[in-house]
Parts: sequence; structure tokens; C-alpha cells
Amino acid sequence: MSIELKNVTKLFGETPAVNDVSFSVKEGELMALLGPSGGGKTTVLRMIAGLELPTSGDLFIRGQRVNDIPVRKRNIGFVFQNYALFKNMTVLKNIAFGLKIKKWKRADIEARAAELLELLGLKGLEKRYPHQLSGGQRQRVAIARALAPKPTVMLLDEPFGAVDAKIRQELREWLVHLHHDLNVTTLFVTHDQEEAMEVSDRIVIFSRGKLEQIGTPREVYEQPTNEFVAQFIGVMNTVEVEIQGGIGRLGELEFPTPGHPDGARLRIGFRPYAVQVSSDLTQFRYRAVLRRTYFLGIMLRLELELPSGLILRSRISKEEYAQLGLSDGREVSLQIRTYRVLARDTGALAPEVQAFYDLPPSVGENI
Amino acid sequence: MAGAVKSNLGSGRSAYRRGTAEPPFIKWTLIFIALAFALLFLLLPLANVFYEAMGRGFAFYLKSLSEPDTHSAIRLTLLIAAISVPLNLVFGLAAAWAIAKFEFRGKAMLTTLIDLPFAVSPVVSGLVFVLLFGLQGYFGAWLDEHDIRIIFAVPGMVLATTFVTFPFVARELIPVMRETGSEQEQAALTLGANGWQTFWHVTLPSVKWGLLYGVILCNARAMGEYGAVYVVSAHIMGRTETMSLRVASLYEDPQGGPAAFALASLLALLALVTLGLKTFVEWKTQRNFDLAQRSAESAKPETIRAPA
Repeated sequence: MSIELKNVTKLFGETPAVNDVSFSVKEGELMALLGPSGGGKTTVLRMIAGLELPTSGDLFIRGQRVNDIPVRKRNIGFVFQNYALFKNMTVLKNIAFGLKIKKWKRADIEARAAELLELLGLKGLEKRYPHQLSGGQRQRVAIARALAPKPTVMLLDEPFGAVDAKIRQELREWLVHLHHDLNVTTLFVTHDQEEAMEVSDRIVIFSRGKLEQIGTPREVYEQPTNEFVAQFIGVMNTVEVEIQGGIGRLGELEFPTPGHPDGARLRIGFRPYAVQVSSDLTQFRYRAVLRRTYFLGIMLRLELELPSGLILRSRISKEEYAQLGLSDGREVSLQIRTYRVLARDTGALAPEVQAFYDLPPSVGENI
Repeated sequence: MAGAVKSNLGSGRSAYRRGTAEPPFIKWTLIFIALAFALLFLLLPLANVFYEAMGRGFAFYLKSLSEPDTHSAIRLTLLIAAISVPLNLVFGLAAAWAIAKFEFRGKAMLTTLIDLPFAVSPVVSGLVFVLLFGLQGYFGAWLDEHDIRIIFAVPGMVLATTFVTFPFVARELIPVMRETGSEQEQAALTLGANGWQTFWHVTLPSVKWGLLYGVILCNARAMGEYGAVYVVSAHIMGRTETMSLRVASLYEDPQGGPAAFALASLLALLALVTLGLKTFVEWKTQRNFDLAQRSAESAKPETIRAPA
């Protein structure tokens, strides 16, 4: 294990910013810490770096407990959200800083700096100062500076937070390539689920200082273990149903839910892709009117209104949309192919983490 | 950074012209009043100092400056500045660092305390030390027994000057350090630097212009201080007289008028040099500020090649 956290808690005053978190990162893995802002993910990153100290729990880097090892001896590379480049130093001096501090030989420093300038596409910018660089260039200097002393782990705080949407996409691919080439264990913080899904080998999902789920992008998307993860990763339709005769009902919708007593209230969730639409009104069980179509590039999102007024979201491809001859205002039939019981509760579901229940692997059945 | 604020207002000038244009006569009246005031109360007296100093010719000017008592006054002034300025440099750095980068109990109190010397009359500042270390003071008897002289001697003058010039460096540095934040230092730590290396390679260079500005102001005040030094020095000719004190005592002498102006012109010259340096440093910090602003605006990312 490259990085390991065991029951790590961090209190700021009375409030836990990180609450009893345990997880590990494998050697060479590219891992995302994902969650809404204020979820404690940056605090976790800073604790691994040694910039914050845990209130309790243990931190390990390559099997060595590092709780009492100061930042400068942990041999980590840290890329700050706003890069924190040394303003009074040129690009070259920024990159060489860590090597100089570690008393590398001058020739070695020059060779290493040249290597990184090449790798990060910064050649020709050696003599520039940070204020003479674009945002993307600054970020690459920050990464080069962190990589220079050959750290055992790379930690990046919101690496794509400060650049605009078009560049983010390029940066993501570029980070994957870089990680592939260097194979350094990398942990990065993001609040963007798409970014985490696309870039990382595994994702750790945080909310309110607690670890919600850890898994590959596919696992957290397809098998969310609680409602928070289900809602946070991707889009999800949720409805609250009451059980009558083993079937959860809401308006015209029916969800068979064996094993739950009559009168219980359940929260049911299903992904937009599970809502199948047909222009043939007799093909599927429910009727609905297509209220609005959102174009998301190659995929489209449909807003469908049931006779009871309930709105469901569906996702289909452009081809399918054209094939079905859909347009806003048309009547369609639909079915829900798979669904999950997200939580059991009475009345409105409290947003508290404790209110979430573990889900059985798959409750959903085709209707 | 006073310079930054000033020119921010300046850059809005063109907007005034276009939008809320004042009638020209108001503009010109205000400009006239300001200029006339500056001329009458600032420039004219200053020019008069040089005029009076040179009134009896350059030879007399040099002669009055080379009197032994005047010489010793100049030396003493330099000595006091040479001790109190570095002291306040160190203190200012420590205080600014503590206030800008740490949260601690009593921080607001310390911030207020730093301003105390500005709020207190210099004469009172001097008196404080007399009350502490004078013969009638708390430590007076003990000091006398051990034959240590503070009041009416150089140590007392250094103390009083240090007290009076206490706020300059810290006050200049606090806003600069706040603005810089502590991320650069944290970055240095993650790269393996220890506290001293971080301070020397990262913190100090990033505040150097603010620091220099504070030191210039501190030095000017240290050399020009009169009230506090007057109280603790007893202005003994040739021994505890600084330039400012010497000017006053020469002036009181019926024959000393021109010599007083000669020495005063030296102090005035120091003021002019200080102003010149201050303007330069302001220009320099302003330029850094502008560059930072511009780069913040132009921080538009650009195309990135994936490593092959």
C-alpha cells in the first residue's frame, strides 16, 4: 500500500472535518477524492501531506507511520489549488527549488529540470516569472516543481479548479497520460464527479467528513451503496413510495418490493438510462408526455410528465431520438427497467448520513 | 501598500471625465487651492531652510557643519538610527509574521499595541523612560548603584527612538504578508525546506519592497525624532545631542542662526532623499502589483500538449 489511513479524524474546534476515515491507495494508483465542497477531502489530502495533523488515527506512507514526520521529510509532491508558485523565482528556479534544498549536485539539478521542462511542455519558458505565464502553464510548472524531487506520492488539490471548461478536458487526458508515463501514486481532490469518473482508477467519495463509498468509477456508478452516492454520481430519479401488498406505489407507478411490510415508506431510485421510451403508446405500461428535451452532446435528456404530474428524466441517444420521431409535446409510453431501494424512512428523508441504509446488491426487477 | 491604493484611484480618472464631469471651475479652484497650500506651507519653508543655510556662502556652510559638536551630533544621530532601525526591522518582521499568518489569543491586542507609539505624544514616550530609569524612577536607584546610565545618556536615547519608530516596519509588512498568504511557504515545506530556508528563500523575497519601504520610513523618523529624545537626553553638547537637538540649541544661540540652518538643511536633505527612495519603492511595489493584476487577468489557460 502506498498510502493508508486508519480511523483518521480531524476536528476543527468541535466539528469533525474528517470523521473516522479509513482507506488505502495502492502503489501506482490514480485515485480521486470526490465530494461536495466542505466535505473534508482537502483536509484529508493536507493530512497526508502533513500540512494538517490528524486529531486521532494513523497515517501510513509506504508502510511507514508518518503522523510524527514533518511535512518536509514525507517526500510528497503537493500541487496547490492556486499553484502557490514562488512569485520571485523563474520557472526554472521554481522547478529546481526542491532539488537545491535536497542538496542535489548542480549538474543533476540541471538534467532533472531539463527532463521535466521537456515532459511538461515548458521548454522555452525557463526564464519567465509566474506572472508571465498563462493559467495552464502555471499549473504545469506547479506539477513539474512537485515532481522534481521524485516524490513517493503526488497529491493534487482541485488540479483543474482554476482553468476554464475547454482546457479542463485537455488537462484531464494529459494527467492520465502523465500518470501512465510516470506511474507515481497520485491522489487528487475534485468536486466534479465527471472528472473523477473519467480520470481515476478508483474514487473515494466523501460527504460531511465521512467516507461514503470507495470503488472504481463503474462500481460507484452502478452499485452505489447509499443514497448520497447514488445522487451524487450521475443523475438519478427518486420517488417515495408506500408499500401495499408487497408493491410500492406512487401515483400510477408500481415497484414490486418483496420483503417490506405494508404501510412502510421507501425511497426508490432509478437512473435516466433505465427509463425506456417508445412512441408506440401500447408498447410499454405507462403513458407520459415529453415536456422538454435537453441536448447534452451525443446524448439527450428527456423530461417526461406522467398523468399524475410526476416528472421523470430519461436519457437516450440522438439516433434513438430520431428513430422514435420524438418531439416536445408528444405522448409516449415508457417503462422503468431497473431500480433500487435507496432508503427506508417515514415522511421526508433526512439528509443525515446516518439515515442512509446499506443497499442489498440488487433489488430491482424488470416490471 | 499606499502606492497601490493611490494609483487605483488614479486609473479611474478617465471615467470621471466621461461620466460625472464636474464643472471646470471647481476642478481648477480645487487644484489651485491644493497647489497654493503646498507651495505656501511646504515648499516655501523648505526652500527657506536651504536659502538661509547658504546665506553666508558655501565656505561658511561647510565650516559650520565641521564644528566638533555638530560632528558629534551627526555621529550620534547615525549611531542611534543604526541601532534602533535594525531592532525594529527584526521586531517588525516577527510581529507582522505573527499577525498575518497565525491565529492566536491577543492578536487584536497586539495589532493595536503596535500603533501605540503613533497615538502617544513623543514627549510622553520619552517621559515613560525617564519614569522607569531616571534617578527617581522604579529602576533608578538600582541602576545608579551599578553605575549604569540610561537616562541622559545614549542608551536612553536609543530606547526612546526605538519606541517612537516601533510601528513603521510592522505596519508596512502586515498588509503585504496578509495578501501573500502562506501557501508559498507551505509549498516550500512540501519541497523539503526547513523553516529558515523557507523564510530566506520564499518569505523575505516576497515582502522585500514592503520591508524596504518600512525601513526607509523608520529610518527617517529615527533620525528626525525630537520630542522623545529631548526628554531623555538632557541635550548635553557634544555628548547627547542629536542633529535635531543640535539644530534647536544652535538656533536658540543668538549667533548660531545660520549654523542652525546649515544643519537643518542636512536634515531636510535627508527628508528629500527619503522621499525619493520612498517614491522609487512605491513605484516598484506598484509595478509588481500591476504585474500581478495583469497576470491574474491574463491567466487564461491555453492549449496543452499531452506528453508523447
